[in-house]
This record gives sequence, structure tokens and C-alpha cells, in this order.
Amino acid sequence: MIALSDYLVVGAVLFAIAVAGVFINRKNVIVLLMCIELMLLAVNINFVAFSHFLGDTAGQVFVFFILTVAAAEAAIGLAILVVLFRSRGTINVDDLDVLKG
Amino acid sequence: MSFEKFLFYVFAGMTIFAAAMVVTRRNPVHSVLFLVLAFFNAAGLWMLAEAEFLAIVLVLVYVGAVMVLFLFVVMMLDINIEELRAGFTNYLPIGLLVAVAMMVEMIMVVGPRYFGPALYPAPTPQPADYNNTRELGMALFTDHLYAFEIAAVILLVAIIAAIGLTMRRRTGTRYQEPSKQVRVKAADRIRLVKMPSEEKG
Repeated sequence: MIALSDYLVVGAVLFAIAVAGVFINRKNVIVLLMCIELMLLAVNINFVAFSHFLGDTAGQVFVFFILTVAAAEAAIGLAILVVLFRSRGTINVDDLDVLKG
Repeated sequence: MSFEKFLFYVFAGMTIFAAAMVVTRRNPVHSVLFLVLAFFNAAGLWMLAEAEFLAIVLVLVYVGAVMVLFLFVVMMLDINIEELRAGFTNYLPIGLLVAVAMMVEMIMVVGPRYFGPALYPAPTPQPADYNNTRELGMALFTDHLYAFEIAAVILLVAIIAAIGLTMRRRTGTRYQEPSKQVRVKAADRIRLVKMPSEEKG
């Protein structure tokens, strides 16, 4: 049978890939947003697996809310990206230094 | 190896393969499409874990709405891929190092030693008339009702924020203002000018 650790290992590998993606694509904001989506997916897989193996629906409710917040985050993130591209003409992270941070 | 286990390995392998493709592809459009593949296979994994409602929601809402939004934005922006790819190989070693270290650490913690089948035996499968949507709805609308309402407000705020950020008035375009059209009076349209009549000369 499928063990709980199998799901958790899949989640861990997915999360690690997403972290590597943040490092190697650190100039492209769109791919960074996609890496965040991958991280959230990894976390959601863990929630669903624990919910299944512990017999508690609360984990699935959490996933439901994470999906909601992730959808809102993606919408606002992409809106900011579009505005940024309109005003600066680029989405390169290195060029986004108007705040002089 | 049971058929379920086989399905699990297919879905898990495809998910990880697609995720690796997302972070390494040169073209962002390919990345988005591979992300769609990853979400589909993750939905399969959730289906195996008897979370049918969430699996369907993942495909409908995530693949159907959020990923299409990503595709729109990626295709709409005219970006220079080569410039964004500069430094890809520079950061590859450190990225791989961090990722492998994290992966090894997490697998040491969540691996079969602590979460294996001996400690967490597989639950008995639900009967055929089990309704996951009903169970989730019961939990959502009783114990988590406030959280549900807050989620609704978050979505509303997201709508307002997205529209407020991206809407703009172009200067120089001609458009009608209905309120001005309604408020107009006859006096605004015609101006009667009194002037002396011309002498024929």
C-alpha cells in the first residue's frame, strides 16, 4: 500500500525543486511566481496526505483556504507584474531598483 | 506491486518531472504548460488520497483559471528571454546545492523511519457511497465558517486590488461621459447673440 512517507517525500522533493527554481531563475519574475505556486502545491500535498492518514477533514479544509489565498496572490501578483511592465518595460529583477533598497 | 501503488508512482514521477521542467525551461510559455502538467498529476495524487473534491477544484480553479491567467500574462508581455536567462548557469551550482541539502534534510525527517507504514498504517478505504464533498462541506460550514467568510473577503479584496492596479484612463482618447450628457441643458447648446443689423452700403 501507499505509505504516508511516500506522499511526504514527494512533497519534499517538489518543494526542493521549487527552491532551486527560485535560485536559478532569479531574474524572471514570472518564473519566480510559478516557483511559489509549486511550493504551495508541495505544502498542499502534505496537508492532503496527513488528512487522509489521520482521518481528519481539517487538513482538506486548510488546503481549500490555501488554494483561495494562492489564487488571490496570483491575481494580484500578475496585476503588479503587468503594471510594472507597463511603466518600466522590463520584468528583470535587476532593473527594478527605483526604491533604491 | 498493487495497481494503486503503480498509479502513485506514475503520478508522483510525472509531477516531479514536470516541476523540474518548470524551473529549467528557457521559454516561460513552456514553463506554464509544464506547471499545468504538474497540477494535473498532483490532482491525481490527491484523488488517490481520497480528496476527490480538492482534486477537481485543483483542476478547475487552478488549471482552468489561475494557469490561464499566467498564460495570458506571459504571452502578453514582450520580454527578452535571453536577458532574463543571463546568469542561469552562475546560480545553478548554489541552487542545486541548497535544493539537494534541503531535500536530504527533509527526507531524513519525513522518510519511512518516522512516517512509514508501520507507524501510520493505511486507513481502510471509504465505502463506495462516501461523499467527500459532503464531508468537506460539513466541516467548512460549521467549524470553519468564520474562516470561510474571511476567505470570501480576501477574494473580494483581490478582485478590487487587481482591477484597481491595472485599470488606467488613457489621455487623449475620446470617450463619452453619460452623466454630462444627461445633465446638459438647452442653454448649454445654443448661444443667442444680439448684434446690430448690418447697413446695406
